[in-house]
Amino acid sequence: MLNTGFPVLSALIFFPLIAAVVLFFLRGDQMVRIFTLVVSLIECILVLPLITGFDTTTAQFQFVERHAWIEAWNIFYYLGIDGISVLMVLLTVLLLPICVLCSWSYISQRVKEFHFCLLLMTAACIGIFSALDFVLFYIFWEAMLVPMYLLIAVWGGPKRRYASLKFFLYTLAGSTLFLAAIVAFFINTGTFSIPELMEQHYTFRFQLWTFLAMSLAFAIKVPLYPFHTWLPAAHVEAPTAGSVLLASILLKMGTYGFLRFCLPITPAASEFFAPLMIVLAILSIIVGAFLALGQSDMKKLIAYSSVAHMGFVTLGIFVFAFRGVEGAIMHMVNHGIITGAMFLLVGLLYERSHSREISDNLGVSRHLPAYTGFLLLFSLAAFGFPGTNGFFSKLLVLLGVFEHSYILGILFVIGLILGLAYLLRLLLNVGWGTPSMASGWKDMNFREWLYLIPLGLLVIYLGVAPGRALNFMGASIENLLDNFEAERTIRIEPAHEPVSEPAPEPAPEILSRCVLEYESSTGQNFEITATNWAQNQLGSYQDIK
Amino acid sequence: MLNFNPQLIIPELYMVALLAILFVQSISERLKDKIVWVPFAALLGAVLAGISPTPNEYMFYESYRIDGLSQFFKTIIFLGLAICAGNALRVTTLGVANRSDYFFFMYMSAFGLLLLSSTVELFTIYISLELASFSLYILLPFRSRDPRAAEAAIKYILFGAVATAIGLYGISYILAVQHTTYVNELLLMDWSFAHQPMALIGLTLFLLAFLYKLALFPLHFWAPDVYQGASNETAAFAATLPKLGAIVVMVRLMAFAPGIEVKTILAIFAALSMTIGNLTALIQKDLKRLIGYSSIAHAGFVVMGLVAGGAYGLAAASYYALVYMVMNLTIFWVITRISQDGKNVHLDDLRGLYSSAPIMAFVLAVAAFALVGLPPTAGFIAKLFVFNSAWDAGFYWLVIIAVINTAIAIFYYLNIVRHAYTLDQEVPGKLSISPIGASVAVILAIGVLYLGVMPQDIFDFLMQASSAILF
Repeated sequence: MLNTGFPVLSALIFFPLIAAVVLFFLRGDQMVRIFTLVVSLIECILVLPLITGFDTTTAQFQFVERHAWIEAWNIFYYLGIDGISVLMVLLTVLLLPICVLCSWSYISQRVKEFHFCLLLMTAACIGIFSALDFVLFYIFWEAMLVPMYLLIAVWGGPKRRYASLKFFLYTLAGSTLFLAAIVAFFINTGTFSIPELMEQHYTFRFQLWTFLAMSLAFAIKVPLYPFHTWLPAAHVEAPTAGSVLLASILLKMGTYGFLRFCLPITPAASEFFAPLMIVLAILSIIVGAFLALGQSDMKKLIAYSSVAHMGFVTLGIFVFAFRGVEGAIMHMVNHGIITGAMFLLVGLLYERSHSREISDNLGVSRHLPAYTGFLLLFSLAAFGFPGTNGFFSKLLVLLGVFEHSYILGILFVIGLILGLAYLLRLLLNVGWGTPSMASGWKDMNFREWLYLIPLGLLVIYLGVAPGRALNFMGASIENLLDNFEAERTIRIEPAHEPVSEPAPEPAPEILSRCVLEYESSTGQNFEITATNWAQNQLGSYQDIK
Repeated sequence: MLNFNPQLIIPELYMVALLAILFVQSISERLKDKIVWVPFAALLGAVLAGISPTPNEYMFYESYRIDGLSQFFKTIIFLGLAICAGNALRVTTLGVANRSDYFFFMYMSAFGLLLLSSTVELFTIYISLELASFSLYILLPFRSRDPRAAEAAIKYILFGAVATAIGLYGISYILAVQHTTYVNELLLMDWSFAHQPMALIGLTLFLLAFLYKLALFPLHFWAPDVYQGASNETAAFAATLPKLGAIVVMVRLMAFAPGIEVKTILAIFAALSMTIGNLTALIQKDLKRLIGYSSIAHAGFVVMGLVAGGAYGLAAASYYALVYMVMNLTIFWVITRISQDGKNVHLDDLRGLYSSAPIMAFVLAVAAFALVGLPPTAGFIAKLFVFNSAWDAGFYWLVIIAVINTAIAIFYYLNIVRHAYTLDQEVPGKLSISPIGASVAVILAIGVLYLGVMPQDIFDFLMQASSAILF
């Protein structure tokens, strides 16, 4: 595994945390805003090594940091990124200054706490995408809930209490069984390390249950069709920055989870449940699109469109084709950019009209030409117009899906057409609807330009020249799918294949560690674990050799 | 043999000295209300216990054992006592005349708990338990002119007496079958149901006395009433320290590796305890009553570690005990600070806490999220340890029930945070919190986070300690 001297990922996680503590000692709202903006810009500079130093030719984890943390339970502070996670980390960091800027005037109460939550949120999200230890991952996964809850519950709209509670209960309830799965993995293998767990083989029965426990947590986060009800409520009530974080980063955690855990660790179960996941994904696409069609609230419309978009991503993952997965990851990033921008645009309009209803925001094109330009750009991107980033990622997913089955491809296209319908409805009404409500509204100011321009540039850049971004992930996806192909059919074989040939001369320190582990475990039940653990250690030692 | 070595029992001797001073104070009119030194003395006791050696040595004819486990529990009992005493310095519902009596009984009860963490002979355990309990019986009704406090005390005494009587009855079975009451000899005995059914029944009955202290189903019903009835400060004490005493004894008894029957019974109790505690807590409005039910649920988690057994399970249970104490002391510290004139705090009283007392609101949120078991607080890591060991011991169903319970529990803990952070007061105002009160609260909150982020040293120590008591 590649290693660099400077702990970039730790710096990315801990810098916002330290800044959040410093925030408490600042006085004055403006001061807090400027400070957080500076912090977020420094964070953007800190992330640059990830772009320049990332080796696109290898599927291994890079920027790895590994320190012993709780040795009694074999828990490590273990960070690293590969092609699947690097873009998500970049997106998370990029969104922080945008969130600060878009809340500049909108958030006027409890400003300090608001930015505190934003910083905490960023740290936790980076942690999620870079953690390589299961416990560490779970810690970030859950820790992220609290600032997000507060963002919705304190600074949200009129029904914020209901929405935030629903969000919290839904996501937490989903991830408790995930914790049980993590514990089960540990007891079966003796390790929490995700790369090591990927190399193990498990019985089909075991894979089945752990896949279900994990995918419930991820499906709620995505959200897939029957679990999507928390999303519109949370989106509608959250402040603009909260909506942006929810749409651009939080939802990606679910699909990231599928890619990082379900496919590599439980391949046979993923294969087994793929039809179910595909059906849920198709349902998300179609139902999400129809629900979006029926909305009169702009935020709700975009929220339901997110459900549909994430359906595309899930579909791309579970067809198990290179193009599909590539497109899925690309679409995770693109959807983050586009939907984040759409929420920013709605928030921008809301600051002028104080309503999110389409009927209260008709015909803004004459009075807000620049705004309409951005709305046009992002709507086209959301629909997948050629030349924008949305086109490219959807095309890739479509290729993957058609490889898998024609019927799915046709359903996919129907989803695309529905997407065009609801986006056109939004765009035409808000842009050119009559009677115009926008007389007297000011067009975008400098600050608003500032936070939309980077997103707009990305939409065009990733639409015209996606090669660089695709380069980042190519090797990792290939590795992921190769391993998956090798593992997807092992389900008839027994779980713990005996180590075929004993290690010729096990390294003494590994042996002594095995013995130590064995001795310290006293109960008879522990024997099994200890032997497994020893086997793993020997196995990984052989791999190294 | 007697093997009297005063060096090893410095913490206990120190406590006896403190009790003597408190006794003199309580009979002297002039010294009665000079009690500010009390929490600091307990803090010093924690230091003494913390630095004391852990030689795994027996004393007093093998009925008293100084080992890592006992010294760990003595340290945290002293620590908890310091915080409880600091809390109780301003008991508003207590007359000045009673001040030193109050502390005398509180320290006497803690003394019993100190003994409990070292005793390794069933009758000595029983006597230490009674010492701890009787002092607590007297402590509970100290809430001037409040009938609910008296009711709580009577409830606690009556059921407590029955529970300890059952425990004593259990000892008689064990003595009759195994012919000894020394834990180190019992450790080598056969505890399978097939060979020694009577011994196992005796052990179960004896454990019941401690389940009562721990407030585990089916002996849980006193907890909410006692918490609600007793004054806030007394409840903080009653909710935390006596449970430590019960846990340390159960850790020693579960080292017997009793047959699967006892473990299964305890596991079922734990599962029911969690479920009943959490479900009932959902509808509570009185904060202390809510914590009462939550503590029933937490008792279930501790017992999960105990039934898992082995060095890992027992260490996990001990770590959970520490975390449980710190979390509860934190939330009780906030309750006592924000309660008006020592009245009980209702959920509605928490409204707008973020503006009236921002630090308290923050600490309350940390404590509530720790009680749920959200990372990165101590509650999460303690639960993870317990889950790991229970899954390892094959109690899969118990782990599943436990994680589902976490999902249930989130509602009422989140409700606390929701009231403090998202609802507004009817009449906006500021609560005056003394700088000391605020700083102790912050220290406690940092403690909760520290135990969650840096558990390795303490857990390693507990691993050694629990390995030492196994065989």
